[in-house]
Amino acid sequence: MTTTLYQIGTFAAGNRLLAPEQRAVQSSTERGNAITSGHRACRGCGEALAARVVLDAASRASSGRMVTVNATGCLEVFSTPYPESAWQVPWLHSLFGNAAAVASGVSAALRATGRDDIRVVAQAGDGGTVDIGMGCLSGMFERNDDVLFVCYDNQGYMNTGVQRSGATPPAASTATTRPVGTSVGNAFGTGKSLPLIAMAHEIPYVATATVADLHDLEAKVVTAMSMHGARYIHVLVPCPLGWGSASAETIRVARLAVQSGLFPVFEAREGAVTAAMTIRAQVPVEDYLRPQTRFDHLFRGDGRPDVVAALQERADRNIARFGLLAEQPDNPPDGRPQDPAPLEKETP
Amino acid sequence: MKLPYAVSLGPGTSAADLTGSWRTERPVYQTLVAPCGNACPAGEDVRTWLYLAESGGAGYEAAWRSIMETNPFPAITGRVCYHPCETACNRGNLDEAVGINSVERFLGDRALDQGWTVRVHTPATGRRVLVIGSGPAGLSAAYHLARRGHTVTVRESAPAPGGMMRYGIPRYRLPREVLDAEVDRVLALGVTLELDSPVTDLDAARAEGWDAVFLAVGAQLGRRTYLPAASAAKVLDAVSMLHGLETGDRPLLGRRVAVYGGGNTALDAARTAKRLGASDAVVVYRRTRERMPAHEDEVAQAEQEGVEFHWLSTIERVEPDGLLIEQMELDENGFPQPTGRTERLAADSVLLALGQDTDLSLLGPDSGCRVIDGSVETDHSFATGVTGVFAGGDVVAGERSVTVAIGHGRRVAESIDAWLAGRSAPPVADPDLAPYEALNTWYFEDAARTHRPLLERARRSSTFDEVVHGLDEDTALFEARRCLSCGSCFSCDNCYALCPDNAVLKIGPPGEYEIDLDYCKGCGICVEECPAGAIRMVPEEV
Repeated sequence: MTTTLYQIGTFAAGNRLLAPEQRAVQSSTERGNAITSGHRACRGCGEALAARVVLDAASRASSGRMVTVNATGCLEVFSTPYPESAWQVPWLHSLFGNAAAVASGVSAALRATGRDDIRVVAQAGDGGTVDIGMGCLSGMFERNDDVLFVCYDNQGYMNTGVQRSGATPPAASTATTRPVGTSVGNAFGTGKSLPLIAMAHEIPYVATATVADLHDLEAKVVTAMSMHGARYIHVLVPCPLGWGSASAETIRVARLAVQSGLFPVFEAREGAVTAAMTIRAQVPVEDYLRPQTRFDHLFRGDGRPDVVAALQERADRNIARFGLLAEQPDNPPDGRPQDPAPLEKETP
Repeated sequence: MKLPYAVSLGPGTSAADLTGSWRTERPVYQTLVAPCGNACPAGEDVRTWLYLAESGGAGYEAAWRSIMETNPFPAITGRVCYHPCETACNRGNLDEAVGINSVERFLGDRALDQGWTVRVHTPATGRRVLVIGSGPAGLSAAYHLARRGHTVTVRESAPAPGGMMRYGIPRYRLPREVLDAEVDRVLALGVTLELDSPVTDLDAARAEGWDAVFLAVGAQLGRRTYLPAASAAKVLDAVSMLHGLETGDRPLLGRRVAVYGGGNTALDAARTAKRLGASDAVVVYRRTRERMPAHEDEVAQAEQEGVEFHWLSTIERVEPDGLLIEQMELDENGFPQPTGRTERLAADSVLLALGQDTDLSLLGPDSGCRVIDGSVETDHSFATGVTGVFAGGDVVAGERSVTVAIGHGRRVAESIDAWLAGRSAPPVADPDLAPYEALNTWYFEDAARTHRPLLERARRSSTFDEVVHGLDEDTALFEARRCLSCGSCFSCDNCYALCPDNAVLKIGPPGEYEIDLDYCKGCGICVEECPAGAIRMVPEEV
């Protein structure tokens, strides 16, 4: 028998028992800190953390030869109030809706000037990705431009006052989807999954991740940076302000989103799912909903068990669809990514 | 800053904005007392030595040296300790407690194997201390006094050292090579051992001119009870039987042996009887299994070896061919009450294991040592009513075990050292314990406990070979790494990696972090995601 247990394995960011290459980039004092201190994100901001993790990993993967394009949104507003900037990487601010188009242009310009060793990363919130920026992004996918596009999904327009976006989940209360009268918050059956839309473009690489697993997020950025063409990573980033969760619980809420099955973490290549992270400790969706005041109305008074059940059904559908439960004995028990059963094609 | 064309904002200029001013609470690193170490009667810093052992290799010796700071007998306690550390272990709430005791044994055995030794680094003080009794309390005190530079003489009435570790605990639980080796290591520090030298008069011994005396004679007398018995009945006390066995007296117990009592000594006696050839060994106890003071592991091992139990039973009368047993029932307070129903139990001999008393005849009638209910009274520093005389181990009231005695020995040594130097003994601090709820167990790998292999049953009925085997290196390392490091940072970098404001600084050496209060907004993510509960939030003064 060889000793395989490392007390915490790779669940935490680092560990003295792990070889340096097994530790997260974020555990290293050498990390780039692409976005540095003094930015004005709310305390406990998941997006500020995710941006640092993604860009530090991308910067390391490209040896620092990287240009970043940033759509308007929380990330841009809190990082660059004139005359200050929290960025320590080459960084361009575009409009709200055109980050993908600007990134495509940067990529084309670099190619035209013979500097296509410089990589392009575009980033936007869910509003700039799934709503306003979707046309440009779809074009970027369709042309297979050499850009990694990262969406930090906090499920709403947060810096303008928490309005609903196409990524807002059903039943969530936002400034524009208040649960008044017969409304239960955001309507069921609207909204969209951009990872699935990206897959439909059959681009080389699509992945989802959260701030609850830095190793996984970094690995996906490194994988994406090792490829060319249009690539898309969708990162769930809890928003204490818009979700009404405690600032300390940002990571925990993201973890519960994954462990409940509401947010499937997977990878896809050329339009087909190639790996899904199995749920390590399954929880009912209620465990995920309760710490967030945007779902308070589901539990006030008699509550709305019917709505909670409908959300649970969505989670169960994800679990079945992406094979998120490790039931086969040959699956690694620790929740690391693995090859899932082949996905059945739903549409011809 | 002069910026190039079209660049409107300088990189990293946000650092001018000290967002730490938003904060209403701040994270503070803390080290809490782990429940394992808090529960250790010997006072071992369990979490620290497990941490050291987790590195493997050179870490084992460092871990062993940490144990040796408090307990000179890790190979012994790794076998005979009833490990309250494991009962207290927070991992018990997650899956199963860390096998601390088996890791301790692994380290203790490795030390014997590799010949690791300790040395005295303190210059000799010239102070002379007499230790009466070479049991775990006496030898532990001798070890700690010697390491503090004092000259120690241990006086022992028996022909060999060890006290109850030799004359009470059977070989199948504690092989004598292990005992001898660990005792020799204490003697190698320059401790003088005088065997076959009973101290019969404490005052006379004090008059020899010792600077301090430690009374650690143990509780060697088996407690008797009045049992109406026919003249041919064979009634022995278990302590004497076990003692005799060690000095070469093989007692004639017959085929069917009954043991009266429910403590660990009763089980030692029953299991020993089995090994001496008894076909039936029956433990007769007046309460139920749940209320039995014997340790659960011992009961289970005894059952595996074929020892039988008569619960809720008292012996009414001993007859030439057996016992008359009366059945009991528990009243609403849990006390056994007679029912009047009796039964017969065939038995060739009866071993009494009803507790042990201390032989305090050496105190004399006018001693300044106060004795209450057979135990010497001491203050919190183990000082008796006689100046310069301390008492500990089974001599004083409280729980009796090897590990408790080892802990007493160390604390007595500290008290004597302080007293000789004119200092007062340090007060006992109230520990700030790390509760299970303080941990974030998500981050720990799933890892089921590794159990020590047991000797095959057939060999256990006929030989005194050691029953419980040690862990090999891989499994011991695995077990050490199951530690959750409750209340103590183990450098996982979560706080550093998960801070959205880069406000945790990794200042090294490994494991040392600092909060950058210029930028910490007080979100508390580091506290929430710390696996070990080693950070807490404290309100800012506003």
